[in-house]
Amino acid sequence: MNKLLLIIKREYLTRVKKRSFILATLLTPFAFVLFFIIVGFIFSYQDDEKLNVAIVDQHNILNGKKPADEENLFFTLEKKTFDDLVENLDDSKYDIILKVPNVKNLKTKNFSVYYHSKKQLGLDLHTRIGNKIEEKIRDYKMRELKLDKEQLSSLKSAVSMIKDDDEGESTFASIIGAGIGGVMGFIMYITVFIYGMMVMRSVMEEKTSRIVEVMISSVKPFQLMMGKIIGVGGVGLTQVLIWSILIPIGYFLVGLIFDFNPEQISAASGAAPAIDVEEAQDMGRQLFAELGKQNWWGILPLFLFYFLGGYFLYSSLFAAVGSAMGDDLGEGQALTLPITIPVILALYIMMVVVTTPQSNLAIWSSIFPLFSPIVMPARLAFMPPTWQIIVSMLVLAATSIFFVWLSARIYRVGILMYGKKVSFKEIGKWIFYKD
Amino acid sequence: MGILKIDDVTKTYGDYMAVNHVSFDMPEGSIFGLLGPNGAGKTSLIRIITTITRADSGTVYFNGEKLNSSHPSQTGYMPEERGLYKKMKVGDHLMYLAQLKGLSKSEAKAKIDYWFEKFEIQDWWPKKVEELSKGMQQKIQFISTVVHEPKLLILDEPFSGLDPINTNLIKDEIYELNRKGTSIIFSTHRMEQVEEICEYIVLINKGKNVLEGKVKDIKNQYKDNLFKIDFRGRLPGHISEIANIIEQKEDSITVKVADERDSNLLLQNLLKENVFIPSFNEILPSLNEIFIKKVESIKEPVSV
Repeated sequence: MNKLLLIIKREYLTRVKKRSFILATLLTPFAFVLFFIIVGFIFSYQDDEKLNVAIVDQHNILNGKKPADEENLFFTLEKKTFDDLVENLDDSKYDIILKVPNVKNLKTKNFSVYYHSKKQLGLDLHTRIGNKIEEKIRDYKMRELKLDKEQLSSLKSAVSMIKDDDEGESTFASIIGAGIGGVMGFIMYITVFIYGMMVMRSVMEEKTSRIVEVMISSVKPFQLMMGKIIGVGGVGLTQVLIWSILIPIGYFLVGLIFDFNPEQISAASGAAPAIDVEEAQDMGRQLFAELGKQNWWGILPLFLFYFLGGYFLYSSLFAAVGSAMGDDLGEGQALTLPITIPVILALYIMMVVVTTPQSNLAIWSSIFPLFSPIVMPARLAFMPPTWQIIVSMLVLAATSIFFVWLSARIYRVGILMYGKKVSFKEIGKWIFYKD
Repeated sequence: MGILKIDDVTKTYGDYMAVNHVSFDMPEGSIFGLLGPNGAGKTSLIRIITTITRADSGTVYFNGEKLNSSHPSQTGYMPEERGLYKKMKVGDHLMYLAQLKGLSKSEAKAKIDYWFEKFEIQDWWPKKVEELSKGMQQKIQFISTVVHEPKLLILDEPFSGLDPINTNLIKDEIYELNRKGTSIIFSTHRMEQVEEICEYIVLINKGKNVLEGKVKDIKNQYKDNLFKIDFRGRLPGHISEIANIIEQKEDSITVKVADERDSNLLLQNLLKENVFIPSFNEILPSLNEIFIKKVESIKEPVSV
């Protein structure tokens, strides 16, 4: 059998068969979903202490109707004066006493609501009680202006920007595009990091366990390096594939077990503004329609291309750094910095690019090969011009090949170098060593 | 034609000349000692022979052919810095290394079974490498080096980390492989092992070969015509006229003669005086002494 294939097979199988890999692959999706649910819980957590609120409405702004009770907030309209109530607070059932302000001029926009309470009120309560009063003032103004609700709601209009070509792209489409782009860019970022680091650690292990000289008396250093990179890349693809199947299942299962609707959680977490059911259903339909409209047959192969390009580019650099490192991991951190900084920069650029996919920043960073593997996938849903994709792919392919070659030059010297503290200058010299 | 011919080989790393115009021949089927102090260039030379690196200039001939990519599979190399994948199973590991040397799966399996049986370690197959002791790992390392029946075996400090029993076991295997025709390069600092095992040596220092040849010839070449004589009785006084007495004890003396044939004259004289001689030995220099002498003389050429 071909030696490279043998190496790939070993690198792949030893990792995939490991118990830790199987556990991580199977459990991570559930942990992931559980994490989001816990986060949702934390964000949806509200004050659970019951609070009785007395409302003094001297100027009859409320028109005799008290605000609706809500969760832990119970409202009562009081006829007594504010001062009177404050004086007898300790004997009364009230926790909070507040004064509804007078609305002298209907054009006034800013009001202050004075209140007295036994305890300091949290930010959340301020907002919630404030909203109730705001609503009441609005109702008052509507009555005075003789407006009805229908008229008012007819003032509100929603505008979608639709492009004139046959695609009929809407604003919503670009939100979806940003979502897809963000997810893809993030997957790229994570995989480059996890599996690049895996390659680096593995090269270091081979060096410190002294197997490497045994190996390269049978195979070429290049074969050993490529075998490792391809093998680990295969592990990465396997894991991402399993996750892309398991995460939706996990999401569904965890929802079943805990008996709630994950959407509620995300709504409560403040991630999405409060929307009524009908609107939500409508959005859901639009979402699927938009997802369906995406040119997946174009996006997915391109995504795979950028995954491979980015992975080869970065993991070969990680392999080179791993070969230059000694047993001392701490010392090696300094060497990895020049690799990790572009990856992190690319992530930040990607976050900006999903909102401005046609900006100069987006165009140039999706052509620059150190950023393009993360930035371009984020732009794909926005259908960037074909020439940009082609240029970006060519540049990435050429750079990946060049970096693999460069890393192999460093690697073949680095793996046989022991007990020496290595500088970048030193590594630079290795590139020019003869075989 | 020898199994290996090194012809004017050089190798530089940056400004450092690791191998400096080295030439020697290694006869087929011999056990060949590659000696030299630390940093002499032994490992650099071995890496050239195993095609890990390439010589800057000069040529290496393997079995009469210029060194090419088909030769690593005919070579078995056990480096001084050696190790195994700790998490792999012993059997899988050997299968892996054997297949990398070009054996088919079934060939590899058969060869490994043979060695397991020989070392009586059949039950090691499913064990992980990290579960074995260091000595046991060395045995596995040795098997991995010879499993593909190489024509040329290169052993760099093969006995380091082995107890005396395992040392003997491996030594016997080395002899047996040699009897079957395997040529062996043996690289070490341990001179007593070289004297015991090697027929030929080459001594390298600072990248150059300073001494080369049959161990017997080298010893003769570097001997000081020293003889140790055990005796009973009185030594004749005029003996110091024939030989230079280096050391004198109650019943033995060590002498140096001008020419090695003077030893006969000395003996005749002693016998004439009726001195009883239970033993008469020529003292040959140990390789260790020659090694140190050679290395030192290069270091400080003025002091000679």
